[in-house]
Amino acid sequence: MSKLTLNTTPVDARPAPKRSIGAIAWLRANLFQGPINSVLSLLAIWALIAGLTPLIQWAIIDADWIGTSREACSSGGACWVFISARFEQFIYGFYPSELRWRVNLTFVLFAVMIAWLALPRLPAKKLAAVLTLVIFPIVAFYLLHGGSFGMPAVPTHRWGGLMLTLVLAVVGIVAALPIGVVLALGRQSKMPIVKSISVVFIEFWRGVPLITVLFMASVMLPLFVPTEVDMDKLVRALIGITLFQSAYMAEVVRGGLQAIPKGQEEAAAALGMGYWKRMGLIVLPQALKMMIPGIVNTFIALFKDTSLVLIIGLFDLLAIVQAALADADWLGYSIEGYVFVAFVFWIFCFGMSRYSQYLERKLHTGH
Amino acid sequence: MTSQTAKADDTPMIEMRGLNKWYGDFHVLRDIDLTVQRGERIVICGPSGSGKSTLIRCINHLEEHQQGEIVVGGIPMTQDVKRIEQIRHHVGMVFQHFNLFPHLSVLENCSLAPIWVQKKPRREAEALAMQYLERVRIAEQAHKFPGQLSGGQQQRVAIARSLCMHPEVMLFDEPTSALDPEMIKEVLDVMVELAEEGMTMLCVTHEMGFAKTVADRVIFMDQGQIIEENAPEPFFNDPQSERTKLFLSQILGH
Repeated sequence: MSKLTLNTTPVDARPAPKRSIGAIAWLRANLFQGPINSVLSLLAIWALIAGLTPLIQWAIIDADWIGTSREACSSGGACWVFISARFEQFIYGFYPSELRWRVNLTFVLFAVMIAWLALPRLPAKKLAAVLTLVIFPIVAFYLLHGGSFGMPAVPTHRWGGLMLTLVLAVVGIVAALPIGVVLALGRQSKMPIVKSISVVFIEFWRGVPLITVLFMASVMLPLFVPTEVDMDKLVRALIGITLFQSAYMAEVVRGGLQAIPKGQEEAAAALGMGYWKRMGLIVLPQALKMMIPGIVNTFIALFKDTSLVLIIGLFDLLAIVQAALADADWLGYSIEGYVFVAFVFWIFCFGMSRYSQYLERKLHTGH
Repeated sequence: MTSQTAKADDTPMIEMRGLNKWYGDFHVLRDIDLTVQRGERIVICGPSGSGKSTLIRCINHLEEHQQGEIVVGGIPMTQDVKRIEQIRHHVGMVFQHFNLFPHLSVLENCSLAPIWVQKKPRREAEALAMQYLERVRIAEQAHKFPGQLSGGQQQRVAIARSLCMHPEVMLFDEPTSALDPEMIKEVLDVMVELAEEGMTMLCVTHEMGFAKTVADRVIFMDQGQIIEENAPEPFFNDPQSERTKLFLSQILGH
């Protein structure tokens, strides 16, 4: 009646069985697995073909690419000549053409700094961060605005196009994140005054639409500041966008802070770390890592929201394309204009999205 | 170190007098008086909810008490943040769930506080960290992240992390309760070695074997009170109070 089971022969590890590969096997397993799946797959394929064919026909096959005026557009497809003829204006706005090298130089410097920060192979990240956050904004301001070092000044009302969109977005992103972190910490503070200031600030800015904020910044702010302080319209828009987005950022960061187990802060406290060290070394690095999708989501929203500045008379990419549509020489090409704007916005937003996914994978430490 | 050992003999490591604490209306610690001499090893046991974790968490002010006084290494506990941090420099703590910092490597976990709190040069702090990681026999994992280690390994890293601050007293809050059975011994072995080297220790634990081999005193708590306090031999063989007898029969009787 013994119930003993004994197995002393070791079983060697064997490789896992091969999964069936090959196009036919893949199709059968994924698209045509049973009658309902097959019908749905065929329907989806038909819809894709029916939808994409005319689009490709219009945007690529029938499109006109070369020329300088609307006479070049005769084949009935998209008229990309409109975009190429106005391309410089879409990028630089009304920036004087002989000074556009300054914008180009700023773009190139910015791209180099971002690459230096973003690519893990490149060394001296701390130096790069200091250069990007402290030196670059000063250099960029003097390059874009001019007015010293023998460079003629270009007032901000001549800025426009993609350049203005990028200035708004980059300044907004760089300023909103730290302000948002401070607000999120303030909202969790045990000090009642700090806490209530943070709560009121966040709830106020989250409660009003960005359009109202921009209107107030451009119309109402001058009523409150003395007339001799002539605040630039662009600066006012920047302050409005930054404060607005920092409130959203604060709520994203707060979500991340709450997701960090209390034991983390306790362990740091038990090691004798003060509040700022606990936050800066232990809680925030983990919270921000967890919050990458939410933070990038806010960045993307901010990037797209910059197009709202057109209502206060700043000509960002969307506004300047719209202005070009009103040109009598190019009437009727609004679809091309909007498709171009959408494409440019999509490139930047998709880039941010992909980089955030890469960061998430890279920072994953197996917990 | 000599100045520390000079004063070591006269002042007790920890003194608690008339300690009371409430969570809302719940009276969690009731009139606690406890003095721990330097070099003493104390095991605190008791049913869950008896306030034993809360008691040791008051010693480094992770919990705030409402009445009574605590003096740690001659420093009276106050509300002052600087004072609290000063006390925490002398008190190491090991948690039930390890609480390692998951975004830092094992080595960084151990060298972080020496670098940022004690302002040691990085090289010196890392050498120190490696020395303690070797002592808990885990130096070869120094460059891994906590998430890649087993529970027993993580808890040994947590002990090393605390030791890197050169604490005068170590608090253990159920250090083996979250471990799989086969990993408990590797952690207890490290704790026994630490006790043999003369570290002052307060351990909240249900490892009665550990209590028998290491403890100078065993304290039994129930409903926020210290019920019985004795040397391990009489504590286990001749418990005085009914509640202690019941508790011991429940944890040893299977």
